[in-house]
Amino acid sequence: MLRKGFALAALGLAFIGGPTLAATSQEEPKAVHWSFEGPLGKFDQAQLQRGYKVYREVCSACHSMNLMSFRNLGQKGGPFYDPEFKNPNDNPFVKSIAKDYQINDIDSETGDVIKRPGTSADGFPNPYPNEPAARASNGGALPPDMSDLAKAREGGAAYIYSILTGYEEAPKGMTVPTGKYYNPYMPGDVSGFWSLDPNKVPIGGFIAMPPPLAPDKVTFDDGTKSTVEQQAKDVSAFLTWVSDPKTEERKSFGLAVMIYLLIFSGLLYASYRRIWANVSH
Amino acid sequence: MSGHSNYEPKNGFEKWLDERLPIIRLGYDSLVDFPTPKNLNYWYTFGGILAVCLGIQIVTGIILAMHYVAHVDMAFASVEHIMRDVNYGWLVRYMHSNGASMFFLAVYVHMFRGLYYGSYKAPREVLWLLGCVIYMLMIITAFMGYVLPWGQMSFHGAVVITNLIGAIPVIGPAITTWLWGGFAVDDPTLNRFFSLHYLMPFMIAGVVGLHIWALHVPGNNNPTGVNVKSKEDTVPFHPYYTVKDGFAISVFLLMYAAFVFFNPNALGDAVNYVPANPLVTPAHIVPEWYLLPFYAILRAVPDKLMGVIFMGGAIAMLFLLPWLDTSKVRSMRYRPTAKLYFFIFVIVTLILGYCGGQLPDNKIIPGLTTFQVAASDLNSVVWLSRLATAYYFAYFLVILPVLGLTESPLPQPESISEPVLSHSANAPIGAAASPEKRG
Repeated sequence: MLRKGFALAALGLAFIGGPTLAATSQEEPKAVHWSFEGPLGKFDQAQLQRGYKVYREVCSACHSMNLMSFRNLGQKGGPFYDPEFKNPNDNPFVKSIAKDYQINDIDSETGDVIKRPGTSADGFPNPYPNEPAARASNGGALPPDMSDLAKAREGGAAYIYSILTGYEEAPKGMTVPTGKYYNPYMPGDVSGFWSLDPNKVPIGGFIAMPPPLAPDKVTFDDGTKSTVEQQAKDVSAFLTWVSDPKTEERKSFGLAVMIYLLIFSGLLYASYRRIWANVSH
Repeated sequence: MSGHSNYEPKNGFEKWLDERLPIIRLGYDSLVDFPTPKNLNYWYTFGGILAVCLGIQIVTGIILAMHYVAHVDMAFASVEHIMRDVNYGWLVRYMHSNGASMFFLAVYVHMFRGLYYGSYKAPREVLWLLGCVIYMLMIITAFMGYVLPWGQMSFHGAVVITNLIGAIPVIGPAITTWLWGGFAVDDPTLNRFFSLHYLMPFMIAGVVGLHIWALHVPGNNNPTGVNVKSKEDTVPFHPYYTVKDGFAISVFLLMYAAFVFFNPNALGDAVNYVPANPLVTPAHIVPEWYLLPFYAILRAVPDKLMGVIFMGGAIAMLFLLPWLDTSKVRSMRYRPTAKLYFFIFVIVTLILGYCGGQLPDNKIIPGLTTFQVAASDLNSVVWLSRLATAYYFAYFLVILPVLGLTESPLPQPESISEPVLSHSANAPIGAAASPEKRG
C-alpha cells in the first residue's frame, strides 16, 4: 500500500515495512482511483447510493452488517444524508428502506416471537439465524460480516474491488476443490492442487464465494451503466464508508487541526528565536 | 527540588501557603527558575514530548474506559461503538491507538539521546534506572492495551506472549494459568488486562515524578557532557526551555495529527479489525512495530526458554549500562570510535525491527539459496536476526566496557560556554560583542 509506505517513511520506520504473509501468495490489488483518497478526498454520494443498492440486492443475501443500523444510512456523510433531516431517524428515505426489512421481535403483550417491519433505529438484520446456519448454507464457509471489511483487509477498497472483478478460469494443471473458485487476488496457497512445475505455482487462492456480480444484475436508478466493474467499484466504495462512517468528519476536523498547529508552531518558533536572541548557545 | 531556592512569595496568600505547604515554591524551583544548560539541542526536547504523550494517553484512556466493555462478547463491538456512535469517539480512540506509537517513537529517541550523550553516567545512574523502569512499564501497558479491542491480533498476540512465561521451568505453566485466570486466554484474562491497563499508567506517572526528581538533583546532562561550571553555562528553564520544548511539542503534534486524522490505521494491523476467534489463527502473528526488535531477538534463538532469556536480557542490558560503560567521557562527541559503534548499534536495532516483521525463513536477497547452518539458510531473516542480536549484546557487554579503557577521546571543552566562545562567528551579533552580558 503506497499510502502506508509513505506514512512509515515519514516516521523514519521505512526499515520495518509491512509484514509479509506466510506461505500464502496473492496478486497485488488492482490500482483504482477513488474519490475518497487522500487527506481531502470525499465520498461520492451517488456512488454510495449505487453501492448500497448492490449490497442490498446482492451481498446482503449472505453477508451480515452487524455494526450498522438503518439510521446510519442517513447520517452526515452517508448515502442518503439529507440536510433537511438532521436527525437521520426522520429521513423518509431511511424510514422506507427500514420498512422493507422484517425484524425479529417479541410481542410485548403476548411474548410471542413475531416479525415486524424495521424502523430506522433497527440494526441491519443478519441473513442467517446463527453461524452454523450460515456455514451450512455456504459449503462450510462463513461469509464475513461486512461492517469492518474494508478496514480488516490489507488494501481496503482496492482489495474488495479486485476480488469481485478478479475471478479467473483456473489455469491448466490446477484442480479446484468442489464448491471453491480460483481467484488470484485471494490470499492463499494452491500448491497442493497444482500438478505441473512446483516452482511455478500460480499465485492466489480459493474462495468459497461464487462470482457474485454479473452485467445488469443491479439496475442503477441514476442510469449508470451496470457493468461488473461499476458494481464492484460502487460496492467497494460503499463498504469503505461502512467501515469508517466518520471518515469525512475526521478529515475536515484534521485539516483545521493541521492549520491550527502549523500557525501555532510558527508562533512558537518566532517566540523561541526572540527569547533566545541574546543567548549564544 | 534541590539546593538553593530563589522563590519569593509575591502576596500575603502565597506567603501564608509557603509556610504551610511550599507547593508554589516547588513549582517555581523546578519549572520556572530551574537552571538548565544553555546548549541543549532538539534531542533534549523529547522529555517534554513524552510528558505530553503520557498526559494524552491518560486523558483519552479515561474517556475510552467510560464506553468500553471488557467482555469477550462485547469488547470488539464496544470499540466500534465508540468510533461510530460516541460523539468524537473516533477522535479519542484514534488518538489513543496512534498515541501509543507516538509514545514509543518519542521514548526511543529519548533513550538513544541518553545513550549518545552518556546521560546514564554518574551522577545520573538512578535517573537512568528510573527511565528503564518507565520503559518496562510502558511495554507491559501497551501490550495489555493492545489486547483490549479483542481483535484477531489482540487475542493471538496475547496467547503467544503469555505462553512465553510457560517456558520458565517447573513453575512456568502454573504462573501462566494464574495469569490467565483459567486454562486459556479468555474473559478473565481480558478483564484483568483491562484493570491493569487502567492501573499501570498511574504507576508510570508516579515513576515519572521520581524520574523528574532524580533529574533535578544533578541537573540536566548536555551535549558536551561537561558539568555546569558557573551561572554563565545555564539559563532559567522558563522561558528559555518552555518555549523551545513548546515548539518541539507542537511540531511533534503535527506529525501525530497527520496519523490520527489522515492515516489512523497505517500503524496497526488490518487483521485486528476481525473479531477474535480462538479457532482461526492469523497467517502471521506480529506485535506492533515498537516491539518488533524484541520479537526478532526472541525468534533468533532456537530454544524457547533461551529466547525468552535473551529477550529479557536485551532490556536488562539497559539496566546494567551505567556500570558496563567504562569511559569517563560522557558525550560521544568526544569519543569518535564509540560514536561509530553507536551508529552501527542504531542501525542494528532498526534491522532487528525489520526482522521482527518478517517470517524467519524469508530471504534477505531474493532467489539466492546459500548453505544451511543450524537448520536455516544463511540468506534468511533468522540469520540476519542472529547477527544483529549478537551485535546488540556485544555493544553492551564487549564494545562499551573495552572501548572505555582502550580508546583515546578527543579533548573536551573546559566548560559549556567555551566551545561557544571559541566559535564567535556562529554567535548572534551583539552576543559576541558583549560576552559579559550573556547568561
